[in-house]
Amino acid sequence: MAKVLVVTSGKGGVGKTTSTAALGAALAQAGRSVVVVDFDVGLRNLDLVMGAERRVVFDLINVIQGDARLPQALIRDKRIETLHLLPASQTRDKDALTQEGVARVIAELKEKFDWVICDSPAGIEKGAMLAMRNADIAVVVTNPEVSSVRDSDRIIGMLDAKTARAENGERIEKHLLVTRYHPARAARGEMLKVDDVLEILSIPLLGIIPESEDVLRSSNIGAPVTLHAPESAPARAYFDAAKRLQGETLPIAVPEERRGLMSKLFGRRVA
Amino acid sequence: MNLFGFLKPRPSAPVARERLQILLAHERAISGGSDLMATLKEEIIGVIAKHFPLEREKVQVKLDRGDAYSTLEIDIEVPSLSKAHPGNGSSGGAKLAAP
Ligand SMILES: Nc1ncnc2c1ncn2[C@@H]1O[C@H](COP(=O)(O)OP(=O)(O)OP(=O)(O)O)[C@@H](O)[C@H]1O
Ligand SMILES: [Mg+2]
Repeated sequence: MAKVLVVTSGKGGVGKTTSTAALGAALAQAGRSVVVVDFDVGLRNLDLVMGAERRVVFDLINVIQGDARLPQALIRDKRIETLHLLPASQTRDKDALTQEGVARVIAELKEKFDWVICDSPAGIEKGAMLAMRNADIAVVVTNPEVSSVRDSDRIIGMLDAKTARAENGERIEKHLLVTRYHPARAARGEMLKVDDVLEILSIPLLGIIPESEDVLRSSNIGAPVTLHAPESAPARAYFDAAKRLQGETLPIAVPEERRGLMSKLFGRRVA
Repeated sequence: MNLFGFLKPRPSAPVARERLQILLAHERAISGGSDLMATLKEEIIGVIAKHFPLEREKVQVKLDRGDAYSTLEIDIEVPSLSKAHPGNGSSGGAKLAAP
């Protein structure tokens, strides 16, 4: 059975698009067939992070409005056969996204793929609502920082009230993904600890993604971090998170960057 | 005691944690609150309607949240009762202060 997953957060810039690309790629690297769907109409970025920006011809809104058929809009990844992208429109109006249209496209995607992963726009408006609307599973991306935690709490409330599953009296599976985590800062009491965030939001933890240069480097190149730097700390954390999504139970490690002696001695200021 | 302890800034994460816990408890109560008010209103209508003919639109239930206490305001307008119960007004208002 196909699963629909939404990557959401409320707050902007916390790592939704990065996580959509990395989790989608990790699942595809494990042999699943995956489509990542960009819901950020007008501010699409998933194509860029996936390195497919020059291959976009049709988009989600074209499909909804009947200007293109779904197979014409889907872009297959050049590196992983089973990974696909359905881009958002960069020019159209957000209002072109309708609840019925989105439901129709998601239903069609569910027939073709094992995983349909929806990259939500920031905010709690229509775009974010439509991205979560048909989800079976939600990954709530949170930075260990007050405003992000507060917005995540709000989004969790919306997941329990406004999704199709919630309206039918069914449960929606929710997972917390803590991203941009600095273990050293948390240890020094400068940043919320993962345990604090977990206690406040009280949904199960999917993983802890450290703040890392490898994420930036990968997005510069246009590759999910699990593809470009599979040995890096963030990639390993995303691989584990993808395994947990598929039902595996693994211990959650607080990630450590592998660092040399010099950066250990002087890294505090430099890193 | 660490001799140079005063050089270190006080960890701010525990403050963040505490502020969030207080704030979110409040915000969750508000978002759950709209439901609570609707339920309360239905139950009040049920009780009053047993004794008076009542129009639903004439029943107002409102919660004003304050720092020290909140006010639950219930305003029920019932048809003139002057014949049946002389001396009673036609509109009954009740204000309760909830800590
Ligand atoms: N673990 C990480 N380490 C370092 N940088 C990161 C990490 N995760 C995300 N970033 C960077 O943070 C920025 C925002 O990330 P991203 O675009 O994924 O967030 P978003 O939640 O999708 O934002 P928006 O709400 O605008 O859609 C990007 O520059 C990205 O490279
Ligand atoms: Mg994004």
